[in-house]
Amino acid sequence: MKFNVTFNVERCKGCEICVEFCPKKILWLDRNYLNQAGIHPAMITNQEECIGCTNCALMCPDAIISIEKIDA
Amino acid sequence: MSIVYKKPESLNDTPFTFCPGCTHGIILKLVTSVIDELGIGGDTIAVGCVGCGGYMPWFMNLDTIYSLHGRAPANATGIKRMNPDKVVFTYQGDGDLASIGTAEIVHAAHRGEKITTIFVNNTTYGMTGGQMAPTTLAGQRTTTSPYGRDPAHCGNPIRMSELLATIDGAKFIERVSADSPSNVRKARKAIKRAFECQLEGRGFSMVEVLSTCPTNWGKTPVEALERVRTEMIPYFPLGNFKDY
Amino acid sequence: MAKVLMKGNEAIAEAAIRAGCQAFFGYPITPQSEIPEYFSRELPKRDGIFLQAESEIAAMNMVMGASASGARVMTSTSGPGYCLKLEALAAMTLTRLPAVIVVVMRNGPAFGTMKAAQEDYRMTGNGGYKVLTFAPSTVQEAAEMVFEAFDIADQYRNPVVVLADGMIGQMMGPVDFDKVPAKRLELPEKGWALHGKNSRGGEPIFHFIPEGRTHYGEKYEAETVLYPEIIRNETRVETKGLDDADIVLTAYGTAARMCKAAQEILGDKIKLGFIRPKTLWPFPYDAYNQIGPGCKAIICPEINIIGQMIDDVRIAAEGRWPVYHVGDSANDFLTPQQIVDKVLEIWEGK
Repeated sequence: MKFNVTFNVERCKGCEICVEFCPKKILWLDRNYLNQAGIHPAMITNQEECIGCTNCALMCPDAIISIEKIDA
Repeated sequence: MSIVYKKPESLNDTPFTFCPGCTHGIILKLVTSVIDELGIGGDTIAVGCVGCGGYMPWFMNLDTIYSLHGRAPANATGIKRMNPDKVVFTYQGDGDLASIGTAEIVHAAHRGEKITTIFVNNTTYGMTGGQMAPTTLAGQRTTTSPYGRDPAHCGNPIRMSELLATIDGAKFIERVSADSPSNVRKARKAIKRAFECQLEGRGFSMVEVLSTCPTNWGKTPVEALERVRTEMIPYFPLGNFKDY
Repeated sequence: MAKVLMKGNEAIAEAAIRAGCQAFFGYPITPQSEIPEYFSRELPKRDGIFLQAESEIAAMNMVMGASASGARVMTSTSGPGYCLKLEALAAMTLTRLPAVIVVVMRNGPAFGTMKAAQEDYRMTGNGGYKVLTFAPSTVQEAAEMVFEAFDIADQYRNPVVVLADGMIGQMMGPVDFDKVPAKRLELPEKGWALHGKNSRGGEPIFHFIPEGRTHYGEKYEAETVLYPEIIRNETRVETKGLDDADIVLTAYGTAARMCKAAQEILGDKIKLGFIRPKTLWPFPYDAYNQIGPGCKAIICPEINIIGQMIDDVRIAAEGRWPVYHVGDSANDFLTPQQIVDKVLEIWEGK
């Protein structure tokens, strides 16, 4: 795992902009979870495949995404 | 572990109350991340507006003031003249800046006020339920142009960046867009250069950001970004209109 | 300093600078353009900021920004400009920002004429608020009231209006600046002023309503605490000869000076009492309770056609005496002779 992407899921509004702009198509609205607003929040399916492009974090209108690089 | 991306410090912890997918959230992150990078948060005063952008003060970890509709540049003038060594910016929507506030923005630019304006253009009056704005496109249906904006009746949309760029006191005017990651990155560069224009005491600076209103356009957030690309950018071309 | 002869508008501006006015934002309009002109010459020489705004709306919003930054700041205008400023004035009462607004009244409504008048007595922005309103009747008094207005605005964190008629702005009059009131002690620090959060140890401030208050909490406190305090401390009136008056004249500004002239014309024939409000809000209702039992009527001369202050006088009279308006005729400015004629008409009618 090179990058750790975290989502403040309780603040996600399910707008799907991050899903749209992930070049690896590894984001989705997690159908297995409902946050406090009754929304399926954005989640990453596979941290291993993340290339750290930061498109998701940049575009998230609610600033819920944080990205850390794990040093080898 | 090193941080690649996190929420800017100049944003406080209050959740944004904007609609899902509203580009205000993206733009406020850009502005505050530039303020963080330039290290000016402690010396900045943000002047709000009336509109959805008027919620800005609630989310900022900065000195802020809520201003009357259209009058943010006048408030900002009073604040900057009394605080010439501090950073003052206004954050305004299309109704605020291009309708009721046209005199104030033109004259702030005319006087070369050393303030920075972030102009959020989404061709709609969002806060009040989706009425026509001076920037509404020809043919666009809104709640006060239900048959589509008819230029013969009420003119074609106004291009504020081009207009203000003709004024001598305006030293940096650029139009950018929040519709895609690459455009958002370019928007951040323009916003940074606009604040640097103020820090260098050169004159008035403005960045117009083409934005969405998914709720009042009746589109999903992703569809709304698409509309910026296919309908708005052709009429409101991106680029720099005044540089230093 | 010796007494000097000054134009009212210029004395007003000079008094403001002496009170520590740091910034003036305004717009030309007759009959007060000499005020911005004076500031434009003097403020740059005395470390202040002068800016001619693009409109009265913009000027008042610049005042709001400068006041929120902790400055002593002033604007001036006439009736039409006062209309334009009302939105921002109302906003400043909501957000508890001090400022001084000088209004030099002319004939209205709207653009009206350039004739001096008293037609802007009851102008108010939306939402219900009060601002202390001074009513000078001489150039000296205008200077004193403007000087004191800055302290009062800071003390109560509320704007103060000085409402002069066009005559006072335009006339030459003697002014002794040594006679202006002493500065009030114990004015609160402006920790709420906008200078960036570093000026407050990193604590940001949001100028909307004072911290810890809700919008309605703030309005309720203004109604029940702030305004009663201003009424208690700042109501001002000049009275004379009320105990044994046959007829009482009540007026403000230049109309009050005309009452004095009317008294000289009438001589001792009729015992005239005199009530001159010096603050229009708070209105000195209580002064009218000092009118003696022999009074037959109250006459309210105003430089207008539709009486405005007369409404407050009728409230004060509480039906005890009839109240009569005397004002401009269709072709003429109010004159002392018109006041004399009205007094005699009432007197002979009884």
